[in-house]
Amino acid sequence: MSPATIWAWFTDPAQWSGADGIPNRLAEHLAYTAITLVIGLLIAIPLGAWVGHTGRLRWLVTGANAMRAVPSLGLLFAVSMFVGPLIQSDLAFVIPSIVVLVLLAVPPLLSGIYAGIESVDPAARDAARGMGMTGWQVLTRVELPCALPLSLSGLRSATLQVIATATIAASVSLGGLGRYLIDGLASRDYVQMVCGSILVAVLALVADLLLAALERYAVSPGISGRSVGVARSRSSRTGEASRPDPVEAPRSISTASPTT
Amino acid sequence: MIRFEGVTKRYGDADSGSADGGSRAGGGGDQGAVAVDNLTLEAPTGQITVLVGPSGCGKTTTLRMVNRMITPTSGTISVNGRDTASMDVAELRRGMGYVIQHAGLFPHRTVVDNVMTVPRLLGVDKRQARARAMELIERVGLDPAMARRYPAQLSGGQQQRVGVARALAADPPVMLMDEPFSAVDPVVREQLQNEFLRLQSELGKTILFVTHDIDEAVKLGDQVAVLRVGGVLAQLAPPATLLADPVDDFVAGFVGRDRGYRALSFAAAPELSLTDEPTVRLGATAEQVRAVGSPWVLAVGDAGEPVGWVRAAAVDHEVTRDLLHRGGTVASTSGSLRALLDAALSSPSGRGVVAGDDGRLVGTITAAEVVPAIEARRTATTAGEVPEGASTR
Ligand SMILES: Nc1ncnc2c1ncn2[C@@H]1O[C@H](COP(=O)(O)OP(=O)(O)OP(=O)(O)O)[C@@H](O)[C@H]1O
Ligand SMILES: [Mg+2]
Repeated sequence: MSPATIWAWFTDPAQWSGADGIPNRLAEHLAYTAITLVIGLLIAIPLGAWVGHTGRLRWLVTGANAMRAVPSLGLLFAVSMFVGPLIQSDLAFVIPSIVVLVLLAVPPLLSGIYAGIESVDPAARDAARGMGMTGWQVLTRVELPCALPLSLSGLRSATLQVIATATIAASVSLGGLGRYLIDGLASRDYVQMVCGSILVAVLALVADLLLAALERYAVSPGISGRSVGVARSRSSRTGEASRPDPVEAPRSISTASPTT
Repeated sequence: MIRFEGVTKRYGDADSGSADGGSRAGGGGDQGAVAVDNLTLEAPTGQITVLVGPSGCGKTTTLRMVNRMITPTSGTISVNGRDTASMDVAELRRGMGYVIQHAGLFPHRTVVDNVMTVPRLLGVDKRQARARAMELIERVGLDPAMARRYPAQLSGGQQQRVGVARALAADPPVMLMDEPFSAVDPVVREQLQNEFLRLQSELGKTILFVTHDIDEAVKLGDQVAVLRVGGVLAQLAPPATLLADPVDDFVAGFVGRDRGYRALSFAAAPELSLTDEPTVRLGATAEQVRAVGSPWVLAVGDAGEPVGWVRAAAVDHEVTRDLLHRGGTVASTSGSLRALLDAALSSPSGRGVVAGDDGRLVGTITAAEVVPAIEARRTATTAGEVPEGASTR
């Protein structure tokens, strides 16, 4: 197997059309990933926000992290066996796959949001409450925006994991990029397997770059510290020093009656 | 007016900690430790009441019970006659400015957005809130160009100013301030204190101010409440009384050294006959200086304002600024006895320089002439009541 054979595989027009063409497999893979992340976020955001905001039931986060240790493939078969008889149609395979992927996505999402809120400066939270914000306002206007960088890190790592692991859906006869791995293995077509892996890796990379761009755009520069270093050194010069101060006139003799 | 009536806070109660913040702030701590003990106190409208005392004496606890960040174990606190316990918490808090130690600015918002927070919560529209915030940013002595910075781009002192501006933004009649000037060096601190007093003279807020620094308490307070550990009120008095007449050893020790001298800050300079001082202008020749016939000659500027003493023997050609002696202070005719005495003591000629409110030289006075005025005041004090605090600000 050489770069040339890989190149030949990718440039074969047959790979770019039809139900088992790259565009369709890619779309399926993206669909599994998107569905998983949406469900994962729907679970992790409220739960993580609540645990972080109230400081209660922190063991939920630890417990969720322990779940990462469960092998995904084993879990997939177990869930399939359990769900399969209950549902006819294709959903009998889709649901177990999504369940497994969601279980994989929730822990990083949850710990990201929770850790983000936990790390908010207690003084800022205190000030927010002290100025009369309700608990909901403190959460949405202070805690969540400040938690954004860590939450997005959680989202990035969840996305990477889900994209990589969504390949297992193919093992229960669903589509996605995993098909190239499973089918390649079955037919000993190693070129196809390598090319499938490359596709998964490229997809993961692109997704990560997009999320990184989102992070740049969404996180307040006051938190991300972008350009803060430069501006800060400027502040010490133009800010305080150059402002003529009526109170602290340095000429001692003309300063009337010092107090205290 | 803020009124505490028999207020006690014991941590470790069932309902310890914050009123609505869940379990984070509460719980833990010493079982049943009394932080504030049966406190009765009145902070009068339009005045600054300072809570001062050693670390752990319950100052912060006392302050935070006013806006119900902490629930009192017993007793009542009323603001302008309304029992705070009967009020809606959010409404109560939005009606008072709260400045916490270390400012507690929102890191994700710019300075101006930080300052706009409370007006926006109260439903003021964006443009109006922004205009008001910009005005306050200038008012607390910040460059308007800083409005678009983030808190991380400010120095500690600048952050403190933003914290004060933010608390003032909704123009609340009541301000709670917890060591707002503690995180800065002494020079910036004094600057912030002076600006704070200037602001208060314009705004006339009812202020409860916490500090552990007795000098700050004496400088800022219209009245000062000294607390001892265990949250017991040791003495509540105007600063002059506190210095002149501490009720017990604890207060005396806490108030510290040089009490007699510091108390003179609160005694207005009486009408004293000043000696006319012969002066020379900046730029005067050596002959003109020697013609005065005194080893130290006072130089004045173009407007007749004293600029410094010059040693006659040191003048070769003419009087320039760099020849001036820098040690002397200038007292004001409307200043305090302390400033007067200090002017005399710090003057190289022994003659203290006194200027009018317009800054022009009025005359000089020696320490020997100030002391009788101090003595006369003592006689008046022992005969009658405590001297009124003369403003030396
Ligand atoms: N949440 C809490 N739980 C238990 N004890 C507390 C709690 N908060 C404060 N205390 C105790 O109450 C006492 C008063 O605390 P407080 O914070 O009011 O002191 P302070 O006068 O503001 O001190 P400092 O000058 O150090 O800020 C202290 O002994 C402190 O240990
Ligand atoms: Mg305190």
